[in-house]
Amino acid sequence: MRAALVLQEVWTGLRRNMSMVVSVILVTFISLTFVGAAMLLQGQINQMKGFWYDRAQVAVYFCNEGDVGPNCTGEATQEQIDEVTATLETDAIAPFVQTVEFEDRAQAFENFKDQFEGTQAAEFATEESMSQALRVQPQSPQDASIVAEATSSLPGVLEVQDQRRLLEPIFQALNTASLVAVSVAVIMLVAAVLLISTTIRLSAFSRQRELGIMRLVGASNRFIQTPFILEGVISALIGSVLASGAVLALVQWGVQGYLAPLLPTYPLVGIDATLLVIPVLLAIGVLLSGVAAAVAIRRYLRV
Amino acid sequence: MRTLSDVILFDNVTKTYSRKARPALGGVSMEILKGEFVFLVGASGSGKSTMIRLMMREEQPNSGDIHVLGQRLAAISNSKVPFFRRNLGVVFQDFRLLRNKTVYENVAFTLQVIGKSRGFISEAVPDVLKIVGLAGKSSRFPHELSGGEQQRVAIARAVVNKPPILLADEPTGNLDPATSAGIMALLARINEGGTTVVMATHEASIVDAMQRRVIEVDSGKIVRDQKTGAYGSKLSTTPSGKQVTVNENEPMLESEDAEEAGA
Repeated sequence: MRAALVLQEVWTGLRRNMSMVVSVILVTFISLTFVGAAMLLQGQINQMKGFWYDRAQVAVYFCNEGDVGPNCTGEATQEQIDEVTATLETDAIAPFVQTVEFEDRAQAFENFKDQFEGTQAAEFATEESMSQALRVQPQSPQDASIVAEATSSLPGVLEVQDQRRLLEPIFQALNTASLVAVSVAVIMLVAAVLLISTTIRLSAFSRQRELGIMRLVGASNRFIQTPFILEGVISALIGSVLASGAVLALVQWGVQGYLAPLLPTYPLVGIDATLLVIPVLLAIGVLLSGVAAAVAIRRYLRV
Repeated sequence: MRTLSDVILFDNVTKTYSRKARPALGGVSMEILKGEFVFLVGASGSGKSTMIRLMMREEQPNSGDIHVLGQRLAAISNSKVPFFRRNLGVVFQDFRLLRNKTVYENVAFTLQVIGKSRGFISEAVPDVLKIVGLAGKSSRFPHELSGGEQQRVAIARAVVNKPPILLADEPTGNLDPATSAGIMALLARINEGGTTVVMATHEASIVDAMQRRVIEVDSGKIVRDQKTGAYGSKLSTTPSGKQVTVNENEPMLESEDAEEAGA
């Protein structure tokens, strides 16, 4: 009996305020889509960081015949190469180094050809133009600078390249994008919360007479406020479901359907990660709208 | 001072509205016993509506204690007020019916919101409509009824849950004398059933005709409390009581403010 009465009140409220309800649905839809996109983007960034940082090494290039550098005096000698290797094995540096691999010209040439396959660079390169190098895998990405500092001024070293640093701008851009998405999401969520409380106030205002009578005859506060809270929660829930659909579609067709074939070797966010994001979106929608509606209706419960 | 048969007790109650210097009620003490029919009389703004609002805990006094049905009202938390209200039937001058609901639905609504079963409602509502004399009009809407009939619906709604107390704030204020007499007869019948009735009014003819207990309030103080009395026995000379009291000449300002505060 009571549940039926409450649902009937909810339905009346939703119908009376149709245009406001639609705007609540749309605003929650857009804001939660941004929240979902930001979460997935952050997930993507973390995934890529893991993927690339594992592969990123510190390359210590040795001088070639004719190279100009502060430590270069012609081609690096075997002694110079041994000294750099020994430096990396000293007690001060060794804890920060995982592996050290020497790469001779033949290997470097192979790698270069692989990397630039099909481009003009691969055709013009010769084995002689390659540098000998030490490929150092630091213990952790932060240790790369220690390796670089220890080796860059040793004789025979042309250049020390921290490959991770090359990736920084890309992650910076992605981070900025996700920050922008989060900011937009937050602003939209604030708008959604305000809109929900306005809608609920309007709904309560149009039912002021009923509310007064309910209070007069002793309807409990919970009984009075439940229809309004449900009204807000249902509108926001519809918006959240739409947002979940949008995020799912974005990943299914945008990322997996379009991006994945273009970037076959990159790890991209998939449907499984999206399925983790959806409950979060639904929870945010329900919680925010429930709290906003409860706060908005409170002043009508004053006795 | 308190006995078991008290249903309403005011103990030195003072109520001040923040905007006014003069208190709406200043140190009022009185008790109303079970089964009594009490008129609160006085000019508009004398404080009788404030007393009604205090009894239903729509407002709280600034000082003093109010007990209703053995409960100290100040001790009832806001969230428990609705449950306290279920012991009171309340009727107003403006009926306060839901326009989009029929007579039956208006009365049933009370029982629905306090969670009564469908079976209980389908028995209690026709019963009470018969008592108030609206048995044949249960599917009418309020706008299809006369003022007197609308007030009968409001009374039916107030008593359908068989509350021990019925509070009526100017229930005949919008009705012509003949219709008012019918409403008073109904209230008297409800009172005979054991319900304590407290009615605020400034209509002398009604008070005079009923010959019940009269509490007269003037400027927030009780100036008269008579077991059976007429409206203006203190100041008027005619027994039929055309009110020629000093109160009538008081400015009407405060009453409007007090009405607002209750809305």
